[in-house]
Formats: sequence, C-alpha cells, structure tokens
Amino acid sequence: MKVTVYGPGCARCQKTAEVVQQVLVARGIPVELEKVTDYAAMAVAGVMATPGVALDGRLVSTGKLPTVAEVESWLG
Amino acid sequence: MLARRFPALNPLHRWLAALALLIPLWWFVYGQLDAAANGLVSALGLTRQTHFGEALHFFFYDTPKVLMLLFGVVFVMGVVQTFFAPERTRALLSGKRLGVGNVLAASLGIVTPFCSCSAVPLFIGFLSAGVPLGVTFSFLISAPMVNEVALVLLFGLFGWQVAALYLGLGLAVAIIAGLVIGHLKMEAHLEDWVQQIARGAAHVPDEQISWVARFETGARHVREIVGKVWPWVLAGIALGAGIHGYVPEDFMAAIMGRDAWWSVPAAVLLGVPLYTNAAGIIPVVQALLGKGAALGTVLAFMMSVIALSAPEMIILRRALKPRLIATFAGVVAGGIMLVGYVFNLVL
Repeated sequence: MKVTVYGPGCARCQKTAEVVQQVLVARGIPVELEKVTDYAAMAVAGVMATPGVALDGRLVSTGKLPTVAEVESWLG
Repeated sequence: MLARRFPALNPLHRWLAALALLIPLWWFVYGQLDAAANGLVSALGLTRQTHFGEALHFFFYDTPKVLMLLFGVVFVMGVVQTFFAPERTRALLSGKRLGVGNVLAASLGIVTPFCSCSAVPLFIGFLSAGVPLGVTFSFLISAPMVNEVALVLLFGLFGWQVAALYLGLGLAVAIIAGLVIGHLKMEAHLEDWVQQIARGAAHVPDEQISWVARFETGARHVREIVGKVWPWVLAGIALGAGIHGYVPEDFMAAIMGRDAWWSVPAAVLLGVPLYTNAAGIIPVVQALLGKGAALGTVLAFMMSVIALSAPEMIILRRALKPRLIATFAGVVAGGIMLVGYVFNLVL
C-alpha cells in the first residue's frame, strides 16, 4: 500500500509516518512510504494542516498525529 | 488508569465521572494557592517584606496558578477545536465578502487549531476555496496572536481586564489589517504557483466525532501544549520573580514609560526577531509593568513578539512575493503601534 505523509519534516510528521507504518506492517501489508514536503503539492492534495496522510492517494487525515485505532479504522 | 477506577462504566461515563470529580477539586485547590504560597514563604523563615521573600512568593504563587489555568483552559480549547477543523472554517469563510468575512475570520482564528508550520498550505487552501485574500489574512493574523496560552497567561498574571483588552485589540488588529490588505488588491503579488493552483482540491470526508474522542483530543492537546510550554512558564516566572524582588521601582519608566514616545515603535521592532512563545515573555513583561513600563508599550511588545515573527515570514515567503510580505508586516506593525499609542494616551 502506498502511504503518503504530507508535512514539512517536523517531528509530528515523522511520528505520523511511524504510526501508520507500524500498523500496516503488523497487518502484513507491504508499505511504500512517500514523504511530501512541498507546499504546492500539499495544497493540490487538499492538505491544509500538517501532518496529512493519504493511503493509495486517498486523503484520510489532516492536522493531527493519528492514533493506532484511527489508522486501523482507515483500513476498515 | 480511568478504566481501573470505574470498571463498570462505559468510556463516556468514565470521562464525565472523572470531570465531575476533577473540576471541583481544581476549583478548591486553585482557591488555596495564595494561602499555600504565604505558608511556604513563612515556613522558610522569610517574610514578604524582604526582596527574597517577595520574589519567592511571586514564584510559589504564580507558577502553580498559571500551570493550573493552562491545564484547564488548554483542555477546554482542545475540545472546542474538535468542532472547528480547518476544512470547516474554510467552508464557513468561502465566498464571504470583505468586512463580514474579516470579522468572522478573525474570530474563527481563535478556535481553529493552527500551527505556523502549516501556515502556507492553510493559506493556499483558503484561497483556492474562494476565501478572499484580505479575509485569509485576517485569519492568519488572528490565529497565532489571539491564542489560549497568551490569554491564560494574561488572565493569570494581569487579571481579566488586560486579557479582555488583548483579545479585543488582537481581533481589531487582525480585522483591520485584513481589510486594508484586501482593499490594496494585491492578488498579483502571490507567487505564480499559488495563482495557478486549481480550485476545489480533494477534501477529507466529514467524520462524526464522538464526545469520547473530543475529550481524548482535549487531553492530547494538554499533553502537547502544556508539555511544550511549561519550561518557558517556569523560566519566565523565575525571571519575573527576580525582577519583582530586585529591580528598583521606576527602573523601566525612562525606557518603557509613556513619556518616551519612541518606546512603542522600539518595542514592536524588538519583538520581530524575538520568537519565544507567549508563555516565556508574559511573566517577564508583567514584572516590568510593575517597574514603571507603560501598559500600551507592553501590549505592543507582546503582540509584536507573538504576531510578527521572523520564522513565520520566512515560511510565508514561499507563497508571497516580497511586496506582499512587506505590506503584511507593515500593516500589522502599524496596527500594533496604534494600539500601543492609544493605550498610553488613554490610560
């Protein structure tokens, strides 16, 4: 699964990437991580507050550090 | 921890039970702080008549007071902010005209979660959804300047009147500066890539948030904010305590008093490179006020430190051409100076 983390490289963005990756790996889903730090790309993706997360191009969260439970809920 | 204490309850009832317990407790402890600080100072064999005793009392009283206020207010604001995601605020502001839009934008700036690190994506997100440039600026000025940490510290150290003044004037500066920028019609001074961004990009689906999730967000907000600012509060209050106890009265009158006309612009200029958060600067400023600094000058200094920061300008430079940045800084600085002079004249 392609995981896109939007953020200027702050500590919270780093944590966000770790949490999402951890949940996916625990489920045995291969992860392809992409970090987007360009503001224009963030704006085009509709991210107004960082960190933002998209799974396979679908924006699922913005402006917060997601919890494990939240990541689970995105996966359904 | 909560689960163990109230095993028979569902999560929401657990939260409500904990709050029903904690709120009266908070209230009671808060009422005892002055007596406790007095007791502590005399237990050390000191009196408030000595410099050291006075400084210690200031520290023992103000530190727990400000920290308790921060805990309470930051939690409440964390819960309130769950009702105002940036997407929601953007939808409320989209298509609003100058005037009404500026008032609304400045007010929403208080309750919408904001971090200067996402100032640029937010700025572009607003513009691309049809929020006018001037309205967007009102939001961008109000959001960092009128924040709960600054208001808590002002309330705790100066009283509610000064906190209310700061709130009102902060909103006024944000509204007026946004109106002025809107009327200058500076859309051409956005960076080219900003002007080209397509309207109506993807957006996060509206999710139903439960009250448990809102309370949890509040608790997380406390951990993040209070966890970050408490060293600043301690350092600020310690420095303030030193000033209280040792710096002679009227020491500041000559440089920050109301007779020194140049002190207001100097305070604003000095505030730009300073980018401590409100938590560190306000206790120091409060102590200076007791030493003959004028309230208008002090308010101007605080607003400048918080609203006009060099790092934020550098971030915004990515999206704004130099002339628009300069206009933004100039208009906000002008508004803050006006506030300073009006205060020094009136009070």
